[in-house]
Amino acid sequence: MGEHIIKLPDVGEGVAEAELVEWMAAIGANVREDEVLAAVMTDKATVEIPSPVEGKVIWQAAKVGDILAVGSPLIRLEVDGPGNIKPGEAMETTPAAAPVEAKPKAAKAPKPAPKKPATNGAVAAPVGANVSLKPSPSGAPRAEGDKPLASPAVRKRAADAGIDLRRIHGTGPAGRISNADLDAYFESGGAAHARSSAYTRKTGVTDVPMVGLRRKIAEKMAIAKSRIAHITYVEEIDMTALEDLRAQLNKARKQSQAKLTLLPFLMRAMVKAIGEQPQINSIYDDEAGIVHQHGGVHIGVAAQTPGGLMVPVAHHVEARDLWDCAAEVARLSEAARTGKATREELSGSTITITSLGAMGGIVTTPVINHPEVAIIGVNKMQVLPKWDGQEFRPRKVMNLSSSFDHRVVDGWDAAVFVQRIRALLENPAMIFIED
Amino acid sequence: MPIIDCKVLVIGAGPGGYIAAIRAGQLGLDTVIVEAAAHGGTCLNVGCIPSKAIIHVADEFEKAMHFAAGSPIGVKVAKPEIDLKKSVAWKDAIVKRLTGGVSGLLKKNKVRTISGWATFIDGKTVEVKTDDGVQTIRAENIIIATGSAPVELPFMPFGGNIISSTEALDLDAPPKNLAIVGAGYIGLELGIAFAKLGSKVTVVEALDRILPLYDKALTRPVAKKMKALGIDVVLGAKAKGAGKAGLQIEAADGKAETIKADKILVTVGRAPLTEGWGRDNLVLDMDGRFVKIDEQCRTSMSGIYAIGDVTGEPMLAHRAMAQGEMVAEIIAGENRVWDKVAIAAVCFTDPEIVSAGLLPDEATDAGYEIITQSFPFAANGRAMTMESEDGFVRIVARKDNHLVLGIQAVGGGVSELAAAFGLALEMGAALEDIAGTIHAHPTQGEAFQEAALRTLGHALHI
Repeated sequence: MGEHIIKLPDVGEGVAEAELVEWMAAIGANVREDEVLAAVMTDKATVEIPSPVEGKVIWQAAKVGDILAVGSPLIRLEVDGPGNIKPGEAMETTPAAAPVEAKPKAAKAPKPAPKKPATNGAVAAPVGANVSLKPSPSGAPRAEGDKPLASPAVRKRAADAGIDLRRIHGTGPAGRISNADLDAYFESGGAAHARSSAYTRKTGVTDVPMVGLRRKIAEKMAIAKSRIAHITYVEEIDMTALEDLRAQLNKARKQSQAKLTLLPFLMRAMVKAIGEQPQINSIYDDEAGIVHQHGGVHIGVAAQTPGGLMVPVAHHVEARDLWDCAAEVARLSEAARTGKATREELSGSTITITSLGAMGGIVTTPVINHPEVAIIGVNKMQVLPKWDGQEFRPRKVMNLSSSFDHRVVDGWDAAVFVQRIRALLENPAMIFIED
Repeated sequence: MPIIDCKVLVIGAGPGGYIAAIRAGQLGLDTVIVEAAAHGGTCLNVGCIPSKAIIHVADEFEKAMHFAAGSPIGVKVAKPEIDLKKSVAWKDAIVKRLTGGVSGLLKKNKVRTISGWATFIDGKTVEVKTDDGVQTIRAENIIIATGSAPVELPFMPFGGNIISSTEALDLDAPPKNLAIVGAGYIGLELGIAFAKLGSKVTVVEALDRILPLYDKALTRPVAKKMKALGIDVVLGAKAKGAGKAGLQIEAADGKAETIKADKILVTVGRAPLTEGWGRDNLVLDMDGRFVKIDEQCRTSMSGIYAIGDVTGEPMLAHRAMAQGEMVAEIIAGENRVWDKVAIAAVCFTDPEIVSAGLLPDEATDAGYEIITQSFPFAANGRAMTMESEDGFVRIVARKDNHLVLGIQAVGGGVSELAAAFGLALEMGAALEDIAGTIHAHPTQGEAFQEAALRTLGHALHI
């Protein structure tokens, strides 16, 4: 019998660490060769770590949500045969296996909150509770719908003050309301509106650990908002002509062609506008002080997935025609939604589109997909009466809300860029005219 | 007679009515109370108090008989005799002291008392037939506290040898043969007392068990004692009528039988007194045979409240008193609703039964997941020293948070534990609260603590 230690492999180019998002093999579990042991998430994608050998799990390096450095021990298996470490070595590797901090500047990796009834439960031990043979659940908060529990004196005091005890959080055993709980309620100012409402306060707090994709999103958003000087520019666009064209094209499309949405048109219009203003299609490395202007237009398309926001990337849109764009967008969003998007498909964008369709609102303030310098936000389309100089006409109208990194893009340039897109979308034939 | 105008008029000076009047007087409300009989109602005059007096007499007599027969504890006396006339006179003296005390309390709290029968004229006006003529009273608020009366069997009305609990408490001598119809708590309390006083007692019950409000574990020690006292219990039998020889019944097997009896005590329940006081002149919603009330004891007519037995089960004096106190405070403008957790019920049989809150079955039926354990008095030192080892204390608690839902006990003298049980429930005690309270040694109350410990899984004395 020996021990086999499995270290966190290099899960992607340039990736130095990964977050553990799931253990598939618990301690004590027997695993076969190639059976998945754990899933880790880099800033690009989730990667499953298979077992190279057959064995029994005897040690895990981290909890879900911890960040592990590439090359650090991940899991130890008891295996037939000598294994890859000496038994004595095991202890020495343990310290190195401790979860590393996410980044020097980043906050320490949050651990999932320990399970407890509620953070503000102020759980009091039952008065005089003896050492019980079984854990006493006393002090659990009063369940919804349970009658409030309070001594007659407390009940009378509440009645005199016109307070419905159902709205008071009891901190005693079984959620009993004490005089101190009433005091707390008074101090919180609850008495001021005590008589007017039958609605009850909910004082429970649910702790949701920020792990996995959620944490990635949080980190990305925080970086984008703290480092980028956002400027958001909103313009109204008359989409009537483009919508007519889109309808005609969809009617005539071949079976093999994906149905056209607005996005392929916008993507092509962006390619055209970027041709005139290449600095919009850039990656700004602010630490190095360099703006990398990309020749290729790689458009990230923000997609809502069951796990949260993901941004699959349509690469080289400049080399794709309208139908190709449509097909690529359809394929990528499906891959993102089903969690099958690869690391490559989730990285490398140079500019991003965000669209919530009918949920798009009239104005948004999109957050730039750092380290890009621009993001185009699509708002909802609606039919509005527009004055054409002689009469009101129903027009299909839509806003574009676009944010730019003002460090790189001046307001004037941003305006020129959006106006160019507007002109293209309002006169869609221009999108397809060669310069 | 000049019309009396007042803020509060209470009809009936039983435990509910007189408490309401006293509290209203304390709160400075101009209050009038009307009562046709002596103050104190059923409870003081012909119910709780006099029955307890007779039960005490019977217990003492039985004790003396026990000693005369040569008791194991070494006390020996000559064969005792019972002079029930004297016992009844002693009981009457207690009743008089108490009813007089109530009158004094009413006076002390500036409550005007009118003696006579009250009848509603409308929702604000009552006429009282007094010895001096008809007195009209107009009141802003009226509290109906008319109480209840023993139920009569239509085929054997009260009179002669067919008696209710009222007459049973005023007998000159113990009947030689006493037949009791109904094995509820009133019938059994009196039946056990008369058996101790020397009567040959037979209890006839239509259901298949005694004290049907309690579970069998609680009633078993009572059944055992009744057997020891020579009381015959005929279950599943129906009373059919009274003949010369005694009570005619149809036994469980359908056979007609006669139970020898010179007195037949009918205790088949009590009915709310909802007639005879002009209810026809009001528009009161009813709840079955009771006057319908809300959580503030308001009836369907504004300004008219109802409390006590006339409003429903449980027909217990202490419920009426709590209602009376609450209604007086509501009329005085205080913010009160009925928020009681438990109304303990005591059965003064031998041994006594006390129950506060939910029985195990009731708790389960109410949807709770429960834990429940009992602690027997056989393992309680104090009970042994009192030759009173039958019975137990039992606790019912929620499994999830250990909140105590119900407490029951059966045993000698356990009625006094009602205070502790009621307090625990009203304070919202968890099992750990009771287990963590030092209970004085040696007392029967230790069984209460031990029952809590046992429900938690670590009783110390068993």
